[in-house]
Amino acid sequence: MSTLALQLRDVRKSFGPTEIIRGVSLDIPRGQRHAIIGPNGAGKTTLFNLISGRFPMTSGDIVLNGESIKGVAPHLINRKGLSRSFQITSIFPRMTVFENIRCGLLWAHDYKYSTWKLLGRQTALNDASEALLERLGLQSRRDLLAGLLSYAEQRALEVGVTIAGGAEVILLDEPTAGMSRGETENAVNLIRSVTEGKTLLMVEHDMSVVFGLADVISVVVYGEVIASDSPANIRTNAAVQEAYLGSEAT
Amino acid sequence: MSPSLMLKRYRVWLLLFLIAAALPWLAFNWSTGRHSGFVLTMLSEIGLITIFALSFNMQMGQAGLLSFGHAVLFGMGGYCTAHALNAIKAGSFWLPTELVPLIGGLGGLGFAVVFGYVATQQRATAFAMITMGIGELVAAAALMFMTFFGGEGGVTTNRMTDTSLLGASYSAPWQVYYLILVWALVCVILMRLQTQTPLGRMANATRDNFERAQFVGYDPRMVRFYQFIVSGFFAGIAGGLYAMLYEIVTFDTVSAVKSSTALLATYIGGVGGFYGPILGSIVVILLQSGVSLLSNAWMLYVGVLFIVMVMYAPMGLSGMIAAHGPIARAGRLRDLLLPYIRVLVPGAMVVLGFVMIAELVSFTTIGASQNKKFQVGSLLIDTASPVPWAIGAFALLLGGWWLRHESRGFQRVWDSTMEDIKRQAAADGGAT
Repeated sequence: MSTLALQLRDVRKSFGPTEIIRGVSLDIPRGQRHAIIGPNGAGKTTLFNLISGRFPMTSGDIVLNGESIKGVAPHLINRKGLSRSFQITSIFPRMTVFENIRCGLLWAHDYKYSTWKLLGRQTALNDASEALLERLGLQSRRDLLAGLLSYAEQRALEVGVTIAGGAEVILLDEPTAGMSRGETENAVNLIRSVTEGKTLLMVEHDMSVVFGLADVISVVVYGEVIASDSPANIRTNAAVQEAYLGSEAT
Repeated sequence: MSPSLMLKRYRVWLLLFLIAAALPWLAFNWSTGRHSGFVLTMLSEIGLITIFALSFNMQMGQAGLLSFGHAVLFGMGGYCTAHALNAIKAGSFWLPTELVPLIGGLGGLGFAVVFGYVATQQRATAFAMITMGIGELVAAAALMFMTFFGGEGGVTTNRMTDTSLLGASYSAPWQVYYLILVWALVCVILMRLQTQTPLGRMANATRDNFERAQFVGYDPRMVRFYQFIVSGFFAGIAGGLYAMLYEIVTFDTVSAVKSSTALLATYIGGVGGFYGPILGSIVVILLQSGVSLLSNAWMLYVGVLFIVMVMYAPMGLSGMIAAHGPIARAGRLRDLLLPYIRVLVPGAMVVLGFVMIAELVSFTTIGASQNKKFQVGSLLIDTASPVPWAIGAFALLLGGWWLRHESRGFQRVWDSTMEDIKRQAAADGGAT
């Protein structure tokens, strides 16, 4: 089996005549925390949508754990061990926090589409849900409708639902966007702890988060990866500074 | 859960079941020793429409799938049951009468697999359109395939198959009513429990956010498909009970009108909670059976009620009741008594004025052709005279104006009461 968790091979995506992703190749080894940065409209979220199967790619290939996932439906990609969060919080707002987590665990616990098992009686499932709830620090919100949580709590819940199924490759799309300093710090700690030993790919605008969390940073500009390197090297990379961080940065 | 705890928790439902079981005896004629056939039929209809409406809400409320062809599953269950009863009667196979509705369920389930496979490819508007198409298709097919559907005459059957496990002949309507009541209870419990299963919860999940459902490993299409099939099973049972009640199944049972019965009952009762459609079924059947005896314009009343509910109480009757929950818990219901009287008086005026005009119109058109006379008690109303028209219009207009005024006052009292309760709760929360 390959040591690469995720590999992008010359991935291209056009919307009509406009090519948004212009040949992206990335190798992400197992266990790496990889951040994608780049200016607005560079195609970061589109890249996520291609990897997670939300959009079909125009050409190229994406390999997850040594297996091509080109043209595979999102829920099947998820079952192969890749999970994602969304830029705009995506949870089940009319369910309680606990039920959100439990829904995230259902497939992994092999319940499939069962309609003869009562959830209240599934001890192992409920215990696992409680345990995850505790790791997220949301026990006190257990029975609240998810839609009524504060923004930062909803984001934390989404991270929880994303990792609940035990996926090994986690895609987080701007997990700390719109958060205060303190909230961001909590979110970073949470992400660090729950993605321990997993492969993390994240899009993020907050540079403190990126440089604090990532092992490798890839810079995407106009649908191309212009650099992919360690945070220290990215900081001093001239092309990156010019294209993204701004030429006056020191 | 211990039996005593269960008894305590479900005592309201047990009580309602006992009331439902006792109801036919209120209309029992002790001097002739006979049940009222009308009341029994109406109660039986409420029972089976309850199952039908709840199965509709499995799609509508639980999975967010608005179907315009739900009666197809109901009617197919009915046809299958009618044929099964005939086969049992002919000695082709043996099945206890009490379990015959299961044939309806399996028929509904089978056709749900076929139709659901097509319809659940899509969701939202496209799903609604496909179900509407399927409804029209089956209604048209019902007149074409004589052997299965029996053409316009339908399929007649006989529920007295002499295969009862309880030794009942089912010759009397009251026996059928109790059969329907027990089946309704069983179906309500099963459908309620279904909401607590993985499929039931994921139906809610895909309804609210199908993309997130995909990224927890579920195929939203399959969730819709399986939920559709389970719903078809219960709709089929309702259809089976219908076949046993009337001993005839015609193409009306698969028609758009039958589908709309489920939709009306569900919306009037409330799509939000589980129990709303039960309440809605009672109201719709009472209007359908009771008011239709009194008035040619009963469909108009159902329609107006539907529009008023959708406009002013989108959560339905059960939603309106549930909204009183916090106020009742705070022991403040009494504060609403006077405001309620103040809106109910002009409200009654509007209703009476509207009914007056509607009936006058109905009697001058349909009623006249049927040679009916507009009579309230012993008072004969002359539809040609301007006086009743003026009274009706006056009541409607004055009542409407007055109701507008009073409803603002009601809203103020309601809001301030809710505000009070919230403040109280916050203060209590802070103190503890």
